[in-house]
Amino acid sequence: MSEHNGLTPRPHSGDNGAGAHDASTAMATVEHVGPIADPGLPHEGPRYTDVNTSAGNRAYVQVLGMLALVPLLAIAFVVCYFAVPKDWVFDYGPLHSNALHLSLGLTGGLAVLLIGLACIHWAKQIMNDHEMVEMRHPASSPAEDRAAVAQMWDEGAADSGLGRRKLIGGALVGAVGTILLPVVVMFADMGPHPGSGLRAATIEKTLWAEGVKLVNDVTYEPIKASELEIGSLVNAEPENLKDEHGAQFVREKAKSPIVIVRMEPERIKIPDSRKDWHVAGILAYSKICTHVGCPISLWERTTHHLLCPCHQSTFDLGDSGVVVFGPAARSLPQLPIAVDGDGFLVAKSDFTVPVGPSYFERDSRHDYKKGDN
Amino acid sequence: MASRAGVTDRSEATEVQTPGKPHAMKPLSGVLGWADDRLGLATAGKGGLRKVFPDHWSFLLGEVALYSFIVLLLTGVFLTVWFKPSMAEIDYEGSYQLLKGIQMSEAFASTLDISFDVRGGLLVRQIHHWAAILFVAAATAHMLRVFFTGAFRKPREVNWLIGVGLFALATIEGFAGYSLPDDLLSGTGLRFVDGLIRSIPLIGTWAEFFVFGGEFPGTLVIPRLYMVHILLVPAILLGLIAGHIGLVVYHKHSQYPGPGRTEQNVVGYPMFPVYAAKAGGFFFVVFGILMLMGGFMQINPVWKFGPYNPAQVTAGSQPDWYMGWVEGAIRIMPNWEWHLGSTTWSWNIFLPGVGLMGLLFTALGVWPFVERWITGDTRNHHLLDRPRNAPTRTGLGVAGMTCYAMFWLAGGNDIIATHFHVSLNVVTHVMRVAVFVAPVIAFLIAKRICLALQRSDRERVLHGSETGIIERSIDGSYSEPHAPIDIDAAYTLTQHPVIPVTQATPGLDENGVPDPSRKVSRLRATLSHWFAGHQIPKPTRAEIEAAHHHGDDVDGVDPHGPDQNGVDQNGVDQDGADRAVESAQNPRELSARH
Amino acid sequence: MGFLSKRRRHKAAKPLAIVLALFLMGALYSLVSPATQSRAETASAEQVARGKELFQQTCSSCHGMNGEGTTEAPTLRGVGAASVDFQMGTGRMPMARPEAQAPAKRTLYTDEEISAIAAYVATLGEGPAIPSADQYSGEGLSAEELARGGELFKTNCSACHNFEGTGGALPNGKYAPPLTKTSDKHIYEALRTGPQQMPVFAKGTLKDQDVKEIIGYLNTLHAQEDNGGLTLGGLGPVGEGFWGWIIGLGGCVTVALWLAKKGARAR
Repeated sequence: MSEHNGLTPRPHSGDNGAGAHDASTAMATVEHVGPIADPGLPHEGPRYTDVNTSAGNRAYVQVLGMLALVPLLAIAFVVCYFAVPKDWVFDYGPLHSNALHLSLGLTGGLAVLLIGLACIHWAKQIMNDHEMVEMRHPASSPAEDRAAVAQMWDEGAADSGLGRRKLIGGALVGAVGTILLPVVVMFADMGPHPGSGLRAATIEKTLWAEGVKLVNDVTYEPIKASELEIGSLVNAEPENLKDEHGAQFVREKAKSPIVIVRMEPERIKIPDSRKDWHVAGILAYSKICTHVGCPISLWERTTHHLLCPCHQSTFDLGDSGVVVFGPAARSLPQLPIAVDGDGFLVAKSDFTVPVGPSYFERDSRHDYKKGDN
Repeated sequence: MASRAGVTDRSEATEVQTPGKPHAMKPLSGVLGWADDRLGLATAGKGGLRKVFPDHWSFLLGEVALYSFIVLLLTGVFLTVWFKPSMAEIDYEGSYQLLKGIQMSEAFASTLDISFDVRGGLLVRQIHHWAAILFVAAATAHMLRVFFTGAFRKPREVNWLIGVGLFALATIEGFAGYSLPDDLLSGTGLRFVDGLIRSIPLIGTWAEFFVFGGEFPGTLVIPRLYMVHILLVPAILLGLIAGHIGLVVYHKHSQYPGPGRTEQNVVGYPMFPVYAAKAGGFFFVVFGILMLMGGFMQINPVWKFGPYNPAQVTAGSQPDWYMGWVEGAIRIMPNWEWHLGSTTWSWNIFLPGVGLMGLLFTALGVWPFVERWITGDTRNHHLLDRPRNAPTRTGLGVAGMTCYAMFWLAGGNDIIATHFHVSLNVVTHVMRVAVFVAPVIAFLIAKRICLALQRSDRERVLHGSETGIIERSIDGSYSEPHAPIDIDAAYTLTQHPVIPVTQATPGLDENGVPDPSRKVSRLRATLSHWFAGHQIPKPTRAEIEAAHHHGDDVDGVDPHGPDQNGVDQNGVDQDGADRAVESAQNPRELSARH
Repeated sequence: MGFLSKRRRHKAAKPLAIVLALFLMGALYSLVSPATQSRAETASAEQVARGKELFQQTCSSCHGMNGEGTTEAPTLRGVGAASVDFQMGTGRMPMARPEAQAPAKRTLYTDEEISAIAAYVATLGEGPAIPSADQYSGEGLSAEELARGGELFKTNCSACHNFEGTGGALPNGKYAPPLTKTSDKHIYEALRTGPQQMPVFAKGTLKDQDVKEIIGYLNTLHAQEDNGGLTLGGLGPVGEGFWGWIIGLGGCVTVALWLAKKGARAR
């Protein structure tokens, strides 16, 4: 005790008797062997508001004043709600904003803030501010309680008959365990099961097919090969997308967008296997990043690089869409295209590999790799 | 300072509460009496009404998080009155002109209605979003406070674990809310989650189809996230928060060291009225700040992003700040992917996404137990560490923060590139190195700073504070006099327990047989040395006395306290002993002093 | 006189008067606006000569004496007058120093000088001409057309230039500039000519009407009020997180410091 600054007692510390539990360990706290004895709580003098009547009154008036402003602001809030037209605009300095919104935020916010400031001011200046000391109790139960509980447990266990008929316990655990199985199985209908057939019909297939016209996204205007200048970029969709509706439209739109670019054929690498996939340097690539599926269209005309704004994967469209930078691991799928009789761009087939991010069952052996021919 | 008070029998703090009203002694009557007859309120109130809470600004960080959560519940209820969690496609005919006639989901259309057609709707939406950002920010700051002051130590490990759970759930809750409006940003975020789920080896595709109810995006994910956001996670959060606060009440709040503050007491203001007024008032302050932010600071202008369209994207597509570090990890990850047979293993998404989040929460969860194992410390701790007195822990905390910050910066690499006119690729390459190197440097620097601060503490106790005044003596020499520090400061600087360094077992037991646990023991001794081995020794009483008697420059601190009369031969504070005796009769009794 | 004054209260009088006024306005406009157009189209030989002189002073050191291009800079044959008008009108050309990307800055050339150089460059090879106002003006579009412009903008432009047109990052130190202060004409010219690494959005795929709608959308977006208060830079969630910490947590901690601070003591 003497080394412990002698300030406070340690309840239970002498009581180290009954029970398997070592109460002194449970309660052991840090021995403060500091070189300087605890001088005890410092004395704090009174505040100005305690000794000076006018200072006290001033604090009183301040608290009352803040609280009195609250009803005024609340009324102002209601008045603004009904009186300020929705289309009024407040324009002063950098603030160029809806007047109704601002007035509600200002009046309501100040009203609520003032309640809080008034309470804190009251607590700091008017309420008794002498600190109090409360003794702690150990988080652990007293040793006798532990002993009592252990005894109760033993009695209960004996009453249950589990000591002699052990199987009941195991059977109960097994029964509760197996009842979880139906609970888990109940969730099996959360979604369709992506076996190979369903995968082939969903995430491995897009609307592109032989003869489908490449059309401008948004306007659905077909694209004439002759209208594309060198350095052009067109964000495009399959023409049959407009036949889709609702959820299916969004699903298809999440897979089929493409970017069409025109480059000088002699300045890009076209592998032999893809010689007839382009029309005079016009190439079409999936717009869906092979990393996590963001639509990419940051195309640099000068370097032929296509950058994803989400995670900065960069693909070289002048080299069959190989990755040149960033976290994406696979080339951007290229769409084989041709021109129809009227000079419009059409697809020659669907993509030859699944578009979009990787998944476990994806057979990635057929993706274009740098240096393939 | 000279008039250090002894103990008075009853203080004015407990008695002079309602001046001029003699009914303080009257038993409960009226409504309270009616209620007590049925609910036994008086017994509960006896324990709680004058419960003591210590006062420190850093103890209020957790309160900011709690109050933001309450604001989230209040504003969230308002938003559910109008929000339609439906992915059915409709043509917008509301009052925002720049989206007139555009096809969008009902979820997005109702978000626009809340923003433009419900009066005050935009205000509440913005308060809700700011509160979400503040909720996670305050929780993070609170967790850092708890870590750096060692408040996670026994007996508070369980509460630390609850806190880690709250932190993880808050992130999920925030992300679910971010996805609900179905604007371009939230849809891009969902698409990212789709890719993340897909990347899980073996089960990814199945998990994707189960979460989205089929192929992305389908029609089910927003209704499902809505249920998660307004029912499932808030319910768990509420339960955990109740447990979190319940344990704080049970353990009583930890406190910073100082004169009169010991492991056995808690010094502060009573729950009623001071703490109730301060904490209650602080709720209104937090609410008021959030409301003003909602009024004056535009957040997530969904009408500018427009409805989600899987073929559109915007530069600066980022998640809210608390997901930013995962985003950063995804951005700077090298493109590792295995193509084994007809399967694809996307480590480039799985490791930084799923793996890193798991690593963070696991590391946070196990730290109290790891530290306890290293130090072998089984004692209760109610006095907080000053961060400098646990230099390795502080260094580790700073290293963790630095690592997190590097990931977080990497999540804004495009913004950094445009605003500081540097190359995006260079930023990415630098960050790949920085996430490993910066934490090590930060650890070394932080630990050195802690040790330097320990040294400076020691100097101050022995020789006083530097005054910054240069004096010239009669013989012409110059010196800087040091001002002695007062006993309270000196006590605060020297009270901390020194973390012991554990020794390895000899390796051989009595019979000369190698002890199988010796390797573990050696590892533990090494870690213990690393953790606690480089501390600057505290000044001993002898050193303080020597400094005092030799009078190096000026007086150091008198180790016996300011008043020799108050200290007996054994160095025990007589008043303190008296107090101890008095309190021992009823350890839970409140004793107040002035 | 009698004829008009007698019928001035006729039912059709007001509509007819409006039609007449509109016609007069249109006629007046047609007198003014083609004048600018024709000047661009039919450059005088004098102007071309002046342009050539200026070109050789200011541009030829990089682009070659006859705009054939050098290792320093690309050829200007076939880039058209629109390209010159954009590059010089926004101050990008001539470049102050060689760097990854020419930044926009205050132009040092008068409109006349720029038109002269443009006229000269236009003679080097066929390319897009400087547009007239009716090709790019986003005025007078319906709400539906503006909304469609928004769709086009978010499909084709926002990936680089951001949803508010505040710009974004590109690889290797390059960037997409903000569009907030770019004039309608320059936006049109940039789309058609593809300055620096920006791709070309050719007339055949992105019609003049589409461009007008995009410009109309951007102008309306930038002119409208910020409904929810200050925009905090329009950077999206990064900026919001930053301000949430600074103002939100910073504000709360400031109050917490006051709350927990012991006040001054009387003695």
